[in-house]
Amino acid sequence: MKEIVVWAEQKENRLQPVSLELLEKARELSDQINGSVVAVLMGHQCRPQADELIHYGASRVFCVDDPCLSFYQSDLYPKILARILSDISPEIVLIGGTTIGMDLAPRVAAKLRTGLTAHCVNLNIETIDGKDQLIQVVPGWGGNMLVKIICPERRPQMATVRPGVMEMGKPDKNRRGVVIPVAAGVSEKDIKSKTIEFIRDSSEDISIEEADIIVSGGFGLDSAGGFALIEELARAIRGEVAGTRPAFDQGYIPEFRMIGQSGRTVKPRLFISVGASGAIHYTTGFSKSKVIVGIDKNPKAPIFDMADLGIVGDLRKIIPCLIEEFKKEDPQK
Amino acid sequence: MPIDIIVCIKQVPDPEYFDKITLDSATGTIRRTGIPVITNPADRHAVEEALRIREEFGGSVTVLTMGPPQARKSIDEALAMGADRGALLCDQVFAGADTLSTAYILSGGINLIGRYDLILCGNETVDGSTGQVPAQLSEFLGLPHTTHARRIDMIDDRRAVIERVVENGYLRVEMELPAVVAVLKRINTYRLPTVMGIMEASQKEVLELGCSACESLGMNSCDMGLEGSPTRVAEVFESPQRRRVEMLTGEPQEIAKQLVRRLHQLDAL
Ligand SMILES: Cc1cc2nc3c(=O)[nH]c(=O)nc-3n(C[C@H](O)[C@H](O)[C@H](O)COP(=O)(O)OP(=O)(O)OC[C@H]3O[C@@H](n4cnc5c(N)ncnc54)[C@H](O)[C@@H]3O)c2cc1C
Repeated sequence: MKEIVVWAEQKENRLQPVSLELLEKARELSDQINGSVVAVLMGHQCRPQADELIHYGASRVFCVDDPCLSFYQSDLYPKILARILSDISPEIVLIGGTTIGMDLAPRVAAKLRTGLTAHCVNLNIETIDGKDQLIQVVPGWGGNMLVKIICPERRPQMATVRPGVMEMGKPDKNRRGVVIPVAAGVSEKDIKSKTIEFIRDSSEDISIEEADIIVSGGFGLDSAGGFALIEELARAIRGEVAGTRPAFDQGYIPEFRMIGQSGRTVKPRLFISVGASGAIHYTTGFSKSKVIVGIDKNPKAPIFDMADLGIVGDLRKIIPCLIEEFKKEDPQK
Repeated sequence: MPIDIIVCIKQVPDPEYFDKITLDSATGTIRRTGIPVITNPADRHAVEEALRIREEFGGSVTVLTMGPPQARKSIDEALAMGADRGALLCDQVFAGADTLSTAYILSGGINLIGRYDLILCGNETVDGSTGQVPAQLSEFLGLPHTTHARRIDMIDDRRAVIERVVENGYLRVEMELPAVVAVLKRINTYRLPTVMGIMEASQKEVLELGCSACESLGMNSCDMGLEGSPTRVAEVFESPQRRRVEMLTGEPQEIAKQLVRRLHQLDAL
């Protein structure tokens, strides 16, 4: 049987949505290779989450429940996951591209001496030279190009996918599966890098994914001396502020407001992009929004290939007019 | 107790010129001729962090890079910031390395340098953005690792406490050294090279290490470069995601009115 493994990330015994999104993707891929979906869950007192994983489509769940594992431990988690993977020799391993997944996946891939593709925006199977290969799609350079990455020889084929990129399936309580308890087989003395506590700091994050309206600024805002205009526009329209990688690099937005392949993936009702050229690394992060508005002074900017409504012009002239117009709509703001 | 630090840095295309980079759709390789290069931004913060630790505890800072001969410029820049010496891993055999192979080769460079208590990396590069190399490097070195570090507190030459960013907060991690730590840009503000620093840099030692030096450690050239890279570019294609855009034109006030009207019609507000 060809196995597709999803690493199920839990935090404080709540499964992370990205793991459930990947289970749905794994189900789809397993149909194509006539395989089965396996989840690997690690934590402390995490047994209830194993059932949930079955409801979301895992036919087997390897459950490693140990007090050592209540927090992510960068020594232990990779060791245990790599051991389980060596035992079952899966075809494919999918890991959510969270800050934890991005720490775990490369260490595991190195232990198994196999390939790993980061921040995939799509996954499917193609038969190449008679062999089923996982096609790992990532944004490329120059215009609207995508690249297919494969790991032709070695197994497993490993990929990380950012939250929100894949669709979550519906849980089905009638699904049956097996939960296989696995001993951690590690002890405190194996820990050289020890997580001792989690400190919540909501200034480190907001759920930009949940916003209905997002106003996103690019490097073009430099011409306006910063993000003040975008922030005012967002207030006027009751939206959240986001931005491109250069906007983050300039310090205009924190990283969790960065949209794109290596940032957040969002699907709001309305996405307004201002002063951003529209590189595919950026547009993949919002391409599924309902309505997209692009504003840029360069009429040839690729953002206009991704927008429903486009405005060519200087944002310093256009945004103040937009703010005024939206304020008329909603005088409270 | 002095602390010896190795910082892994990479030369990358300047993001300001990213829109000039194109893909050769036949080979899947990047065409970047004529694109200016810089030291990867996060890596500069890693160098700064190393200098900060050296200022507090004493010891040394060695910068290590793998790249073409021009990557020497990034080493010189770090030396001008105050690093003590550099090492350039440069060989035809290294070309085309993916993250696994890069990490393997870097581990060779580190073993050739030999003495270290701490290895620092930038958390990710702007060109690849995978962030995979630090954790893979630590696997090849058999060392503990922490990525996404926003703060490093050295206790002594055997222990450090790291604040490691996660969604919604951070983890406090106690590490035994030697270890690999990958830092976020926000960990510090880095210094710029001074004129004195630039002058002194030219006196500093830069090791040049090739494949044969790595092989002398028992490493295998089959695991290096394109040959040693498990991943391949299979195909380059145009994204099917495209929308038909409706351009709004006129004076700014007029455009603003049109936009609000159209957004209402599309039920987007
Ligand atoms: C592996 C990898 C991953 C990446 N991941 C991401 C990611 O997740 N998210 C991301 O955003 N990027 C990402 N990038 C970077 C991406 O390739 C682009 O470089 C980036 O999105 C460009 O950002 P920008 O549009 O803000 O800047 P630019 O491309 O510089 O565009 C600025 C725009 O502003 C316009 N402008 C300037 N002044 C004005 C004005 N006064 N009025 C109106 N318009 C004006 C210009 O015409 C231009 O179109 C990634 C790159 C790589 C290699």
